[in-house]
Amino acid sequence: MTQTNSELVRPGVSGGLADVVRARFLLKLLVRKELKVRYRGSVLGLLWSYVKPGVQFVVFYIALGVFLGLEQSPTNKSGLPNYAIYLFSGIVLINFFTEALGNASRSIVGNGGLIKKIYLPRQLFPVASVWVSAVHFFPQLVILLVACLFSGWHPSLLQLAAAVVGFVIVALLATGLGLLFGAANVYFRDSENFVDMLLMVATWASPVMYSWTMVADKLGETWFIVYQMNPITVAVETFHYAFWLPTTDGSAGIPPNLLSLWVPVALVVSALVLLWGQMTFRRLEGRFAQEL
Amino acid sequence: MTTAIEVKAINKQFVLRHSRSIKEAFVWLIKGRKGDLSEKFHALKGVDLNVQQGETVALLGFNGSGKSTLLKHISGVMIPDSGTVRTRGRVAGLIEVGAGFHHDLSGRDNVFLNGAILGMTEDQINERFESIVDFAEIGQFIDTEVKFYSSGMYLRLAFSVAVHTDPEVFLVDEILAVGDEPFQKKCIAKIQELAAEGKTLVVVSHDLDLVSRICDRGVLLDHGEVRFDGPIRDAVAKMRGE
Repeated sequence: MTQTNSELVRPGVSGGLADVVRARFLLKLLVRKELKVRYRGSVLGLLWSYVKPGVQFVVFYIALGVFLGLEQSPTNKSGLPNYAIYLFSGIVLINFFTEALGNASRSIVGNGGLIKKIYLPRQLFPVASVWVSAVHFFPQLVILLVACLFSGWHPSLLQLAAAVVGFVIVALLATGLGLLFGAANVYFRDSENFVDMLLMVATWASPVMYSWTMVADKLGETWFIVYQMNPITVAVETFHYAFWLPTTDGSAGIPPNLLSLWVPVALVVSALVLLWGQMTFRRLEGRFAQEL
Repeated sequence: MTTAIEVKAINKQFVLRHSRSIKEAFVWLIKGRKGDLSEKFHALKGVDLNVQQGETVALLGFNGSGKSTLLKHISGVMIPDSGTVRTRGRVAGLIEVGAGFHHDLSGRDNVFLNGAILGMTEDQINERFESIVDFAEIGQFIDTEVKFYSSGMYLRLAFSVAVHTDPEVFLVDEILAVGDEPFQKKCIAKIQELAAEGKTLVVVSHDLDLVSRICDRGVLLDHGEVRFDGPIRDAVAKMRGE
């Protein structure tokens, strides 16, 4: 887009995600715009990024940890130790995914005015949405780290690396699905409603609120493998492995073969979804301008 | 002379009415897929156009004749159903005022955002920033959110960013009709200056007097077909009813 060509070229032919890398200055500006515009005219401003997950955490903690007895206490030995950390480390990751995918799915239609009039790499919009969510994820991560440190957190390098990989898994998956549903949303506005439903399911289809052992006990081995095929499940487990496990005595444990088998599987699944989303996006984007 | 824009036999159909409800699609399937689910509209029919570097071309025609659609094909926003479009050099368009402006951002932020959208690099924008603000006559309002701008200020800033992108091919869609008299004159002078520098210009406008002053060549479109292609004076005469 920015280079000068001395050859005759066909306009409007996209280079896919490679274009996004080439237009990174524009990506930076779009992300900055989103961050500035998000909380415009509100008194709390960026604080909303803390208040919302904070309230969500308190509600879940009281309802699930205290009332439903997931928190381990002297009277309830079967619960999870340090349930608050367990819950919050999963919630921050799920929040990142929810926000990233929800906004990415709406990004193409939301920027329709621009897409209809000027040619620019349209992949920028879903990618920018994921990026903005990552920026909002960061302060939540800081809170999580502070909470961990107060609970005697002593992670190993491997555990920290696992968390980074977990984050990458979710980011890839959100980008892939965001491209897919963002493009589909131009043709069928059902897409964004479907995504809302999917996000509700995603929150409960991973061991965020409950422990993976409950799933393994109920489902049996075969179905547990299906359960583990979900990249978000694996990513949440890596977060538990990195942030929650080092604050406990380590007796609760993580699913078998998490690092040796499931993390690579989740990476591959996420990468395939990204590839699929990218291919679908490129096939559909030629008609965006007239369908919006 | 080298070709700047080459349009070869392009066709474009639009779907006018979508039947996206499940009920209608189901009835259509039951009836044995008779008829078409959607109505089609032929926006461009076998349009050919060759523009040399440095030419100033006006696309003329009544509403719905396909002028803007053709412009969108040249800018790459739309892809033809058949035929090819090829361009040489950077193409920038002023296609509707302030597309890519965000109301809640300051003028300064919008200059950067819009400049980047139109394909400028960070260094280029920094380098030309003063000149952009000067041309737009925005002065101290540059750090005000653009939602507080008058429509004239808004237009001036948008136009100013676009002319500073320094493209080889410049597409202008019905923008010169806005703004007050002095600024309009300034815009026209700037466009004539660009043309004199050897930039290629494609203008869509209903203001026939204006386009006769700016352009040398006129292309008359009617219902998606090229009716006339020649000197602007003849094109305007034809447009005015022979």
